[in-house]
Amino acid sequence: MSDSLAAAPLAPAAPLTPTDWKADAMQRRIRRRYAAERRFRLIGLGAVILSAAFLAFLLVTMLGNGIRGFTQTEIRVEVDFPRSTLVLDPAAIEGFGAQAALAEADIEGIVLAAAEAQYGNLAPGLLSDGAWLRVRSRIAADPAMLNRTEVFWLPVADRIDVAAKGTGAAEAEAVYAQLRGAGAVRTGFNMNFLTGSDATDPTMVGIWGAFKGSLLTMLVTLALAFPVGVLAAVYLEEYAPRNRWTDFIEVSINNLAAVPSIIFGLLGLAVFLNTMNLPRSAPLVGGITLALMTMPVIVIAGRNAIKSVPPSIRDAALGIGASRIQVVFHHVLPLALPGILTGTIIGMARALGETAPLLMIGMRAFVATPPGGFTDPATVLPVQIFLWSDEVSRGFVEKTSAAIIVLLVFLLAMNGLAIYLRNKFERRW
Amino acid sequence: MNLTATILLIFGLGGISLLSARAKAAAQARAAQTRPHSLPGYHGWYVALWAVLPALAFLVLWGSVSGGLVTQTVLESPAAADLPAVPMERNAILSEARGLADGSIEAAFNPRATELAPVYRSAQQFYAVIGGGVALLLGFACGAFAFSRISPQFRARTRVERLTMGVLLVASLIAILTTLGIILSLLFESLRFFSMVSPIEFLFGTTWSPQTAIRADQAGSSGAFGAIPLFWGTIFIGAIIAMLVAIPLGLMSAIYLTQYADARVRKWMKPLLEVLAGVPTVVYGYFAALTVAPAVRDFAVMLGIPGASSESALAAGAVMGIMIIPFVSSMADDSITAVPQAMRDGSLALGATKSETIKKVLLPAALPGVVGGVLLAVSRAIGETMIVVMAAGLAANLTANPFQSVTTVTTQIVQLLTGDQEFDSAKTLAAFALGLVLFVVTLLLNIVALRVVKKYREAYE
Repeated sequence: MSDSLAAAPLAPAAPLTPTDWKADAMQRRIRRRYAAERRFRLIGLGAVILSAAFLAFLLVTMLGNGIRGFTQTEIRVEVDFPRSTLVLDPAAIEGFGAQAALAEADIEGIVLAAAEAQYGNLAPGLLSDGAWLRVRSRIAADPAMLNRTEVFWLPVADRIDVAAKGTGAAEAEAVYAQLRGAGAVRTGFNMNFLTGSDATDPTMVGIWGAFKGSLLTMLVTLALAFPVGVLAAVYLEEYAPRNRWTDFIEVSINNLAAVPSIIFGLLGLAVFLNTMNLPRSAPLVGGITLALMTMPVIVIAGRNAIKSVPPSIRDAALGIGASRIQVVFHHVLPLALPGILTGTIIGMARALGETAPLLMIGMRAFVATPPGGFTDPATVLPVQIFLWSDEVSRGFVEKTSAAIIVLLVFLLAMNGLAIYLRNKFERRW
Repeated sequence: MNLTATILLIFGLGGISLLSARAKAAAQARAAQTRPHSLPGYHGWYVALWAVLPALAFLVLWGSVSGGLVTQTVLESPAAADLPAVPMERNAILSEARGLADGSIEAAFNPRATELAPVYRSAQQFYAVIGGGVALLLGFACGAFAFSRISPQFRARTRVERLTMGVLLVASLIAILTTLGIILSLLFESLRFFSMVSPIEFLFGTTWSPQTAIRADQAGSSGAFGAIPLFWGTIFIGAIIAMLVAIPLGLMSAIYLTQYADARVRKWMKPLLEVLAGVPTVVYGYFAALTVAPAVRDFAVMLGIPGASSESALAAGAVMGIMIIPFVSSMADDSITAVPQAMRDGSLALGATKSETIKKVLLPAALPGVVGGVLLAVSRAIGETMIVVMAAGLAANLTANPFQSVTTVTTQIVQLLTGDQEFDSAKTLAAFALGLVLFVVTLLLNIVALRVVKKYREAYE
């Protein structure tokens, strides 16, 4: 035993033969390794391309479906008011009591009758359910038309509209072809989609109501989250003593940034609606809930921006006699502002696309009029998209995608603004 | 005099006091030969804050008591003498009258409310005038008191700054309040739920059918709240299928962009991939439901797989995976770049190819960071709501077949809390218990992930 141990180091080493790199085995091995290298690189490239392709596919699908949502097929309907059965005095519509007079008159009936007179057996189900509302508002705007024959372009029913865009049922497409042959239909930009509100009929829906709801909600969010977030960031970065209490604040802010958004919805439901009895479905409550969610994002961005202001600025200000508050509010904060604003815009963009917490606090109601204030029932763009996506009717597919396009355009604009601000104002010290 | 007008007046008062106090301090500074302690602007702010804050505090206080006072006055008025004595009926009439008086409703169901509305309105106006008047007087008195203290020796700046410090501290406490609010509201409602359904039953039961348990006292109401199928569905979609998509794609993208791609490609591709994380989840949900789910179902039918559903776990999980790609890739990016250059150079100097260096040196070294990133991504995925609400089903199946429908915790929370139901039923409270589980799990995942990442960073610093 001891023999072999002692002998081991003395054993003659195997003679070193230089590696023959030209040998077949070695060449094969190198080829294999290089092939693996190329494969690996291709897989990497493939992953990047595949991810980008997903994004492109998503956007193209939405665009392809949504572009059609911005157009609408209209049909020519000639209404001969003097000879119609309409009992409506032009004088009654002017001034007081106009609404009541219009509500009494059977405008829907005469519009349908006019359509039937022109299109015969095609007429049933030709016009959108809400088409006569357009006639009514035209009459209200110009009562004199009751004494003459007027030509209206009215939205066609959903099935014809879908057929006009080339995805309808065969029977509806036949009707559309016949109408087009007669020159009775036209397809144009759907202004009502941008100015209207939610409706039960896909040809009559619009996003203005949801958009206004989003606007009001975002205003509340910004008004709460921005000041609180910036002040908290200033305190934590500039003044807070390093102790357990500050650590606790920091830990809770970092955790809040990672809490699933639906939990904030539960908080809003339990605290704001059930305990504080604030109104349901209101932009106020939605805004507060989203502000709680956005605030940690602003705090984190704000702290990074404040941290990047060099200490020499603070020292110089202190040196010429500024107080600690003056140092921060007169010197550090203005320099950190571009960074804070960038973070704020990114946080706001996230809040604008948020749906789940708002579902929890009841912002999923059917709201047919734009909200007038912060406590009116409202819905927001993403929730409107969710609601429309649940509809069975074919016409809602394109409206949902069109609403998504609008939402994405806004998000893109906000993120673009954030990038622009960062590039233009951010200073490297 | 309504509330908005009162508040505007108070702020007007504040503005006037700011300007006048600043002017007075400036005049004194000119007159006195010594340098005053504070700049005139601080005197202005000091007086303005005195004029505004007490008045606003009073308004808040008044708002909380005046409602009761108004009701009291209305009840004592002769018009209310013959109201029904039953509190519930009386309150219904009173709230309708209040609505009429506010203008928030146009016509009352109960004719008694219409009679009471004018009484209500006059009482409201009476107390609003009193409250507004007292608030303005208070603002004026406090402002005058502060105004009288202005002198060159007065330390206005110190006082204004002390208040600013207080505001800063309060702002940073809001984060703690929010955390506490979340924990308390979830705990409180969950405890109410667990008083009806045993926690063991909830955490380990395998049948989930809350629709059958509409009322707590109904027979068979317990036994319907076994959440295991939901936990499985959440893990299946969020932690398995989504990660099977996100980890390979995210990791390989990060490797390619950091190790192979030239700077120009990297500069463009990185933000482009990050757009994937910026797309709202409702858009992903719609995409999954409209495009991916039917394709997945057709594929399953083509393969002849039984039980293929149009709300398959695969569709929701795959789309969620696409959403998560940027999270995984940016975390992997950070941790690969953090590996010291010396390790890479050493491996390359030994003759290893680039891919061998990555696989044998960089990835093992960066592994803790990557794992941390994946844990964060999982926590993100299981808390994600809209994709699963729109694309995953409601059927609580305990299945490993990705073409079948499973349901998740977040889907069920949304399902349980939307629609009309009383807030005290086990059904609605169950949503809070699910929320509590979700909160605790994501919190733990985050803590573990951050700790792993931090340990790893320390190892190379």
